[in-house]
Amino acid sequence: MAPFLSQYVWTWLAYTIAGLVHIALIINLVAVGALIFIWLERKISGRIQDRLGPTRVGGKFGWLQTLADGIKLLTKEDLMPAGADGFLFKIAPYVSFCAAIAAYIAIPFAGGDLPWIAQRLNTGVFFVLAVLGLEVFGVILAGYSSASKWSLFGAMREAAQVVSYEVPLGMCVVVPVLIAGSLDMVVIGDRQAGWFTNWLIFHDPFTFITFWVYFTCATASVNRAPFDLAEAESELVAGFHTEYSGLRWSFFFMAEYGSMFSVSLLAAILFLGGWHGPIPITDFLGLSSENGMVAGYVGQLIGATNVILKGTIGVCVMMWVRWTLPRLRIDQVMTTCLKYCTPIAAVMFLGATLWQLKMPDRNFFGVLPVNLSVYEISEGQPPIQFPEIPQDKPTTDQVAKTSDNDIPRKAL
Amino acid sequence: MFHLPLANILTEPVGVAHYVSVGAILFVCGALCMATKRNALGVLMGIELVLNGANLNFVAFGSKYLRSDVHNLGLDGQLIALFVIVLAAAEAAVALAIALNFYNSHDSIDVDRADQLSG
Amino acid sequence: MEGIYWPSFFFWLFSGITCSFAVAVLVSTNIVRMAFYLVLSLAGAAGLMFLAGADFVGAMQLLIYVGGTLVLLIFGVMLTSQERFVEMKTMAGDWVKGFLAGGALLFVLIYAAFSIPVWRGMERTAAEAVPVTHTVTPIAMGLLGARTDAPDRPGYLLPFEIVSVHLLVVLIGAAYLARAKRTRTIESN
Repeated sequence: MAPFLSQYVWTWLAYTIAGLVHIALIINLVAVGALIFIWLERKISGRIQDRLGPTRVGGKFGWLQTLADGIKLLTKEDLMPAGADGFLFKIAPYVSFCAAIAAYIAIPFAGGDLPWIAQRLNTGVFFVLAVLGLEVFGVILAGYSSASKWSLFGAMREAAQVVSYEVPLGMCVVVPVLIAGSLDMVVIGDRQAGWFTNWLIFHDPFTFITFWVYFTCATASVNRAPFDLAEAESELVAGFHTEYSGLRWSFFFMAEYGSMFSVSLLAAILFLGGWHGPIPITDFLGLSSENGMVAGYVGQLIGATNVILKGTIGVCVMMWVRWTLPRLRIDQVMTTCLKYCTPIAAVMFLGATLWQLKMPDRNFFGVLPVNLSVYEISEGQPPIQFPEIPQDKPTTDQVAKTSDNDIPRKAL
Repeated sequence: MFHLPLANILTEPVGVAHYVSVGAILFVCGALCMATKRNALGVLMGIELVLNGANLNFVAFGSKYLRSDVHNLGLDGQLIALFVIVLAAAEAAVALAIALNFYNSHDSIDVDRADQLSG
Repeated sequence: MEGIYWPSFFFWLFSGITCSFAVAVLVSTNIVRMAFYLVLSLAGAAGLMFLAGADFVGAMQLLIYVGGTLVLLIFGVMLTSQERFVEMKTMAGDWVKGFLAGGALLFVLIYAAFSIPVWRGMERTAAEAVPVTHTVTPIAMGLLGARTDAPDRPGYLLPFEIVSVHLLVVLIGAAYLARAKRTRTIESN
C-alpha cells in the first residue's frame, strides 16, 4: 500500500498512512474478535454445562453482553496495591497486550501475488514465534509487582509453563516449514493451493500427528485449560492478575484472546490450508487477480474469510476442551511437556524430514503429485544460484606439506 | 582528523562507525555494570550487555548497507553473531545455576560475601 | 532541503532506545527494574540488527536472548531476592573510578571508530542503490557447509555441530548444578 500511496503524497506520509491503516485493521480484528470470543465462550460453556448462557443483553442471544461487560470494566475503580512497584504494575498489561498484537504484523490473511499481510517478512514464522514468547514478560512483571504471594506464584508457574512449551511448539512449527521450504508464511500457504488434499496436515502421517501436538502445545502456551493453573480460581484466587481491576484487567484478557486467535491462525495457515478452501472455488469461478482488480479482490476476500473461519474453529475447539477436561497440576503439565510433547515432536520432525527426503513431490500421504509451480508465483526473488564447488580443492594437509618451513610431522 | 558524527545526521546514511559507537556504549555500560554491581545477577546483566555490544559490532561489519567495499565481512558477521547469541544463552544458564547454588548455601546474593578463598 | 534518509532516522531512534536503557541498567538500584530495562535495551539492539539487514539474526536475538535468556534471568532474580525489591548500593568511590575508566575507554573506542574513513558511511546514492536481499537461506546453507553467497569462504558446519553438543552439555550441567537441595547449610561456626 505504501508505494502506491507515495505516488500521491510525500513518502513519509505515505508510509505513515499505510502503517496507521494496517494498525487500525489489526486492532479492530483483535478487539472485535475478543468481544465475539468472550461472548462465544460464555455461550459455549453454558451449552456444555446444560444451561443457556447470556440471553438478556441485546436481544435473544445476549450478543451485546461483552459490550456491557466492557462498559462495566471501564467504569470500575482503578486500584493499585500499597506495596506495589508503581511503574512496573502499570506497564505490565501493556507489555502483554503489545506482544500479543505484534504477532499479527506477520500473519497473512490472503496470499498470491499481493498478499493481505501487514508486513511480508522473509522470516515470518520465526518472528511470530519470537513475539509470542515475549508475552510472558507482562505476566512476570504483573505477578512480581503486585506485592502479593498469589500473584507471584501464579506468575512463576505461568512463566515456567509458557517457556517450557515453546520448545515443542518450535519443533512442531518447523515441520511445515521444512515441507514448504520457506519461513515465509505466504509461501507456506500457497504451497497448499488446490483441493483439501494439498493441505499440509494430510501431507504425511508425521505431519498429521504434528498438528495435534502443535495444538496441544499452543493451548498450553496461551494458558488455556486444561493448562490454566496460572489463573486457577480454586487455588490461587486469580493468579497473576489478582490485583488488577477494570481496564488493566481487560488488557490482560484481550492479550489472552488475541494470542489464542493468533496461534489458531498460525495452525490454520501452517497446517490447514490457510486461505485456500477445501474446494478451489476461486479457481473455478476465475476469481484471481489475472481477471481484473475486482475479481482479485473478491478472491482475496474469500481467502481471508477462510483463514478467519479456520482460526475461529480452532478457538472454539480450545473453548470446548476447556469446559470438558479437568485442570492439570503443575507437575502433570511439566510431565506432558518434557516426557510426551517434546519427544513426540522430535520424532515427528525426524520422520517428516525422512519422508520429505524420499518423496519431495508427493502430497496427501504420498499419493498425489504436487504442483510445484506455486513457488514461481509467490516468491518475490530469483532462486538461489548454487555456484560450482570445485571438487579437487587441496586440503590443508597437502598445502602444509608443500611449505618449506614446516616442522616435520610424525607419521601416525 | 576527528570528524563530528552529528553533521548531516538525518540526510546521510550511517556507517559502520556509528554502529561501532553504539556497541562501544553498550560495552562500557556492561563493563561498568560488572565492576560496580554487588548483586551477582547485576553482574550477569553486565555480561549480557557486553556480549550484545560485541554482537552489534559483528553485524555492522557484515552489513552491506553500511559499507560497500570488498572487505565487508558479509554473512560471516551474521553467522558469528548467531553463534555468540547461542553461546551467551548457554553461559547465562550456567552462571544462573552457579548464582542459585551460591544463594542456597550462603543465603545471600551479594558477591562481596564470596570471600572464602581470599587471604 | 533534500529528503530525510529514513534508515538514518530509524538508526537514531533505535540506538537512542538501546543506549538510554543500557545506561538505565547501569544506574538503577532495583534489580527487577534493571532486568526490565535490559529487556528493552536488547529489544532495541534487535531493531538495530534488523536495520543493518540481519533479519534472521535479529529475530534470533528476540527469540533466544530476550525471550529465553532474560526470562531465565528474571526467574533467577525472583528466586534470589530475600525481601521484596532488594537494593544493594555501591560506594561512591567505586562509581567515580568506574566512570573515569569507562569514560576513557568510550572516548578511545569512538575516536578509533570515526578515524577510519571507509567506516563513516556510504554516499547516499550508493546506499540507496544497494539491493535488498534475504539472508535466511544463505545463512542456513552456510551452517550446513555450503556457502552460496561467497563461495570462496568456508562453511560453518563444524561450529554448528560443536555448538549443538555444547548446548547439550550446558543443559545437563545447569540442571545438575541448580537441582533442589534438600537442606540449606547454615554456617554454624
